[in-house]
Amino acid sequence: MLLKSLSELNGTSGAEGLVRNFLRQQIEPFVDTISVDKIGNLIATKNEHLSGPKVMLTAHMDEVALMIVDITSDGFLKFRSVGGIDARILVSKPVQINEAIVGVIGAKAIHLQKSLERQKALSFDQLYIDIGAKSKEEAVAKVKLGDYAYFITKCEPFGEGLYKGKAFDDRVGCAILVELLKKDFDIPLVAAFTVQEEVGLRGAKVAAYHTAPDFAIVIEGTVAADVSDREEEGWVTELGKGPACSLMDRTALYNPKLIQWVANLARERGIPLQFRRGTSGGNDAGPIHVSKAGIPTIVLSVPCRYIHSTVSVISEKDYFACLNLISELLNDLPRKQRISPMEKEEM
Amino acid sequence: MVNAQIQSAREFLSLLSMGSGVSGHEASIASMVMKRFKPLTDEVSCDTFGNVYALKKGNKKRAKIMLAAHMDEIGLIVKMIDPRGFLRFSTIGGVDQRTLLSQEVLVHGRHAIPGIIGSMPPHLLQNGESSQAVKMEEMAIDVGLSPAKIKEEIQVGDIITLRRETYPLLNNVMAGKSFDDRAGVVVMMVCLEELSRLQHTHDVIAVATTQEEVGIRGALTSAYTLNPDLAVAIDVTHASTPDTKGQVSIDLGKGPAVALGPNIHPAIYRHLSETAQEHRLPIQIEPIPGASGTDAWAIQISQEGIPTGLISIPLRYMHTSVETIDMQDVLNSGKLLANFIASLPDDLEGFLCY
Repeated sequence: MLLKSLSELNGTSGAEGLVRNFLRQQIEPFVDTISVDKIGNLIATKNEHLSGPKVMLTAHMDEVALMIVDITSDGFLKFRSVGGIDARILVSKPVQINEAIVGVIGAKAIHLQKSLERQKALSFDQLYIDIGAKSKEEAVAKVKLGDYAYFITKCEPFGEGLYKGKAFDDRVGCAILVELLKKDFDIPLVAAFTVQEEVGLRGAKVAAYHTAPDFAIVIEGTVAADVSDREEEGWVTELGKGPACSLMDRTALYNPKLIQWVANLARERGIPLQFRRGTSGGNDAGPIHVSKAGIPTIVLSVPCRYIHSTVSVISEKDYFACLNLISELLNDLPRKQRISPMEKEEM
Repeated sequence: MVNAQIQSAREFLSLLSMGSGVSGHEASIASMVMKRFKPLTDEVSCDTFGNVYALKKGNKKRAKIMLAAHMDEIGLIVKMIDPRGFLRFSTIGGVDQRTLLSQEVLVHGRHAIPGIIGSMPPHLLQNGESSQAVKMEEMAIDVGLSPAKIKEEIQVGDIITLRRETYPLLNNVMAGKSFDDRAGVVVMMVCLEELSRLQHTHDVIAVATTQEEVGIRGALTSAYTLNPDLAVAIDVTHASTPDTKGQVSIDLGKGPAVALGPNIHPAIYRHLSETAQEHRLPIQIEPIPGASGTDAWAIQISQEGIPTGLISIPLRYMHTSVETIDMQDVLNSGKLLANFIASLPDDLEGFLCY
């Protein structure tokens, strides 16, 4: 299964190589050209000869992870996060380093703590990785400064119609983008599997500039906080209610005409759709929509519970609904083209 | 030879570690232990309290030596199922709430159901929120099932264990859950294997005890049942890490910790140290000024009093799901114990005389 393979591959910002190589193999039979640009984005094109709006589809390859920044005198590894990680989720977890070494992030035993200590979170400064090294020399021989540590999580079916795994933000988008490339649409397509989203939406800026599309669809895995006793107003998105269309976030305001087009088409085709009811966070749409003279952009996301942690959860239904909706949008574009779809008034 | 022995110890530990056996719910671990101990001993049985006994007869059957290692683990228990189907829980045994966030679990309802203790994404955290530990009362387990399905599968009081594989680290170091004290059970296995190559006068009864984590209860009843002439408990002890400086002086990989203090019969401590020296086995000395917090504490005052010793495997991050030990320490503990038993005199009375 594509999502399982993608979820279990390790690749953080600036180190997306394994994911890129895997994706390249997956899409090779279905696209016309493949290249890797100067920052590491994987760019594929399809039907470039066709007239019509050039649509860029993007999903980012990188995941949040840890970077080794120091090795202590007794052979333990100090680390910092690559992308946004709440240090509180790190305690009592195994991590994978360099595809060969396993380490654990432990914590002082409860027996050795003062009772107040249990109320305070452990910070990055206090945490370290234990790889079982007997000395600093042994640790240094196995791990280099700048190496990355990744969560170890199996991607598996979960509950009723759900999947759990790591890095669904945004391997779920990568998987959908691969599936889209397997299909045929009567418009020129650029697929950009981007790098460095988690550290500041950096790959997408470069990709949007040099591919210069007329229109962009960003495919994401986004926050779903529909959990336990949290009030519905704070859910942002909800599992099982279809892909989430972004209205506004920290990096972009989305064109109401485009949103209307998405909503109408979803309704016509009977595809479930929800809006992303929150403004926190941002994604590759930020730099894309202000690239050059501005590129109309929409974001469709698969809702994910517990993103940026060791294990997140998505609904299979949302995944397929997202894939279907984007397919329908791409099928609808040539028809729209006759009424000049890129003029906002006509959308 | 050593590698094969480490490999077999590693495999048994992985099996036990990945099993589920919270205090009072040790049955499935007990059957793994019985199966593994059967070919190594003469008689295997269990009692009404869930303790497992494996008897290896001595040449002369002069006295009874009890070994005890507990097979229960700390865990969680379903306290409430909220209207949206998320499970609220409390703990069995000493669980640090800070080790629970973003953990995968198994809920032992009608079936073993995978669950996740969910975490809020950093995008939604308030300023300063991440410096405070999330309280256990605020955590919930997501099992991804509809409330109707949950009603069929799960009820209040169901046991929850953490889901964790074992991992080899560098050298012979291993990490996983419940090494406290299933590593002690593995020590008993190594000891029984070693004893099959040695002559021993006395009967040896290896006991995998229950309910240690909630108050050393299985040891209490099994020591009463056996009324041994001498007992050695095998447990784990804190090994040093960067954040335990000044608190912990036992190190990983430097041999079993041999306890001394009020809980320990001086002759047993002395003979363990001498045996280690004679067989060139590394040990570390662990002075314990009062309660050892192990099965040895209950056994010592069973019936008319039982001369008791304690061997502990150094372990980092106790009561987390990434407890870390050196398998060489496990092997050395088993060998020390076997040689200790084999070199005991026929007459224990004189040996144990103050």
